[in-house]
Amino acid sequence: MSIIYMLLAISVVVAIIFFVAFIVSVRKGQYDDVYTPSVRMLFDDELVKSPAKENQPVNKEKFN
Amino acid sequence: MESCFHCGEDCLEELITYNEKSFCCAGCKTVFEILNSNDLSYYYDLQEAPGISPKLKEDKYEYLENAEIVDRLLEFDHEKTQIVSFSIPSIHCSSCIWILENLHKLHSGVKSSQVDFPKKTIRLSFTAEEISLKELVVLLSRIGYEPNISLDNFEKKESEHDRSLIYKLGVAGFAFGNIMFLSFPEYFEINEFWLDQFKYLFRWLMFSFSLPVVFYSGKDYFISAYKGLRSGILNIDVPIALGIFVLFVRSTAEIVLDLGTGFFDSLSGLVFFLLLGKFFQQKTYSFLSFERDYKSYFPIAVTRISSEEEQIEEQVQVYKIRKGDTVLIRNEELIPMDAEILEGQANIDYSFVTGEADLVNKAEGDKVYAGGRQKGSIIKLKVLKPVEQSYLTELWSNEVFQKDRSFGFQSLTNRISKNFTIAVLSIAILATTFWLFADPTKAWNVFTAVLIIACPCAIALAAPFTLGNLLRIFGKKGIYLKDASVIERMAAIDTVVFDKTGTITTTGQTTAEYEGLELSDKELQMLGGSLKASSHPLSRSLYSILQHHGIRTPDSYKEYVGAGIECDFEGNRIKIGSASFTGESDSEEISNGKTAVHISSNAQYKGCFSFRNTYRKGMSGLFQQLSRNKYIIVLSGDNEGERDRLQSLLPVESGIHFNQKPGDKLEFIRQLQHGGRKVMMVGDGLNDAGALAQSEIGIAVSEDINVFSPACDGVMDASILSNLADYFQLAKKGVSIIQASFILSLVYNITGLAFAVTGNLMPVVAAILMPLSSISIVIFTTLATQILSKKLKK
Repeated sequence: MSIIYMLLAISVVVAIIFFVAFIVSVRKGQYDDVYTPSVRMLFDDELVKSPAKENQPVNKEKFN
Repeated sequence: MESCFHCGEDCLEELITYNEKSFCCAGCKTVFEILNSNDLSYYYDLQEAPGISPKLKEDKYEYLENAEIVDRLLEFDHEKTQIVSFSIPSIHCSSCIWILENLHKLHSGVKSSQVDFPKKTIRLSFTAEEISLKELVVLLSRIGYEPNISLDNFEKKESEHDRSLIYKLGVAGFAFGNIMFLSFPEYFEINEFWLDQFKYLFRWLMFSFSLPVVFYSGKDYFISAYKGLRSGILNIDVPIALGIFVLFVRSTAEIVLDLGTGFFDSLSGLVFFLLLGKFFQQKTYSFLSFERDYKSYFPIAVTRISSEEEQIEEQVQVYKIRKGDTVLIRNEELIPMDAEILEGQANIDYSFVTGEADLVNKAEGDKVYAGGRQKGSIIKLKVLKPVEQSYLTELWSNEVFQKDRSFGFQSLTNRISKNFTIAVLSIAILATTFWLFADPTKAWNVFTAVLIIACPCAIALAAPFTLGNLLRIFGKKGIYLKDASVIERMAAIDTVVFDKTGTITTTGQTTAEYEGLELSDKELQMLGGSLKASSHPLSRSLYSILQHHGIRTPDSYKEYVGAGIECDFEGNRIKIGSASFTGESDSEEISNGKTAVHISSNAQYKGCFSFRNTYRKGMSGLFQQLSRNKYIIVLSGDNEGERDRLQSLLPVESGIHFNQKPGDKLEFIRQLQHGGRKVMMVGDGLNDAGALAQSEIGIAVSEDINVFSPACDGVMDASILSNLADYFQLAKKGVSIIQASFILSLVYNITGLAFAVTGNLMPVVAAILMPLSSISIVIFTTLATQILSKKLKK
């Protein structure tokens, strides 16, 4: 039953790993702005939106 | 009415159609063009009409060519990488984030940019070789995101985030979870051989987890309790600190002496919930500054003429300006120091300082004071007093700006906690004395159990959660309060003092009233044409107010500085300007001390347009509502010209005082307070700053909450000022919610005490009762505030 020592040790170590990860993320400023990144990540896909590029020359010709 | 595709404003003045879309001004159209031609029109897909119409004035940023100033503004500067942070008040939607983070597409010199939306700031990394700081700022301004650069930026670099509360909360939460997990066997009193074997290990693990909770997460409570005791105040932190201390000592004693498992779970849970409450309360609006002084409004640099003979202009830091220097102030620029006019005609808008809306005309040789804004032509000034000693900055040396207002205010929690602590201590002592005689072995147990169970966790949570929730609700409606104590103070207000100009009247809109002989259609057309040609601020505002009867372009046009304009149309001559210029002698009687534009046609005096402020909608209703249980006073920096109109708006018993200078307002509030009144000051601009700071609560009213807010306790969106009475109601009800929660938590405490006094406090009872009381208080306050906010209109 001394396996419980090992299990305990492992569970505490895992908990401590998560805790350290938390401290590091706070220190790096992950909790300073909790809103912008959630919006920012939604942009990525649209950045390479090709139809806009195709439309562009047409518009220019029309109005120049 | 068409609305602008870019900014969504109604196209009032002009309508530009481009690319089958309508724009309200050339600025908006330009931004659209820039974005469209750079493949950035996705901006408009994210949000409808997301833009802000840009106010282009590029020469405004000449000072950014001064290396010394640039150096102070840059956060990082090494070879090809420069980093700078700006506060951009016009950030308002997700489109803004997108466009600002795609700046590198507009200019290759920008390497990367990152927006902090809640704070409305942007951090830019760029290469100065390709784009100078000035060009960068101009680029931002051109697309409608003008950075706010003031003397304030100059003083302090990016302040460090205070993250200690998050760390403490993390530590407490981590320990709480682990300790609960380790106490499961004890909760269920499992008499199993192996678990009994390992019980000691579990206990010592719990002990070690609780150490950082007590000595790190909980240290603020000990410090605060110590400070409170030293100054003779029994604040809420005293019983909390006592509870934490007793919990820890008793639990440690129990495991050392092998008496039981202790209360480590309750201990860490208690600290965790308390910190959660603190965290909730601390959530303020970081994009608003409540501590602004003149530095947030003053420019960083002014144009100095360094050599009188050669007339060399240079951009110099405001702080480097000395007495005797010659400086240039252009149209719309703020005068940052007291000075004497050397050259030019000054039309100064002092509304910033005095609240007086009218322009003040000053000629050569006159003195001008810091804080005025020049309107019209360029003026040359000789500095009499540098920035630090000017008239306006002296207002800030008044002692009201030094003192901390929340100090001395006894919050409801602290008032109750005094009696509470005394009661708990007496119960503990009485119960212990009883058990000393009845059964001495239980005395120690009972003493500690009473202190543990009576620990006012739920009481301490009631206020932060109620007030934190209310802060959020207030913020949603457009009134941003500095911290939670403001709500409690608000509930006690019995006198409301309003500033007039800019607070109960709108700043932008004025109405003009014509008095005199009737003008013919032809004269009205001529008037429109002449006004259109003039750049004088009064002509501009009159032009925008007048209904247009068609416009005639004048044949000849002449502007007399400080007097007016003269125009000829097909042999007819029209003069617009001051009374003496138009040939009216007893002007005083006609204009009655108000700002007026006089008109004469063909040497015949016709009459004058007198300007007056428009009051905000719903003011009369608000005053009626407030007057039911509050005394209302209006303080105005203006002259008495408006007395009659104001009187008709206000309830009979209200007070009206005119010609109040900033210092007078402050003194007036102080007098009221000496009379035992609890005063709320509602004002705007720097002229009210002293009064805002002196009053119990100072609320700054602003049409654009991002731009103007002097030091105050709250910033309020001007459009909701008429709902102020409802917010008083809400604050009052908030306080009742707290009182109700106190009663609820007392019920828990009494139930717990029954267990404790009889000597039956088992760890499992404590483990259930303590979190249960905390959580139910949180749920109760959240629900109650939600229901309250639902009732609020808008």
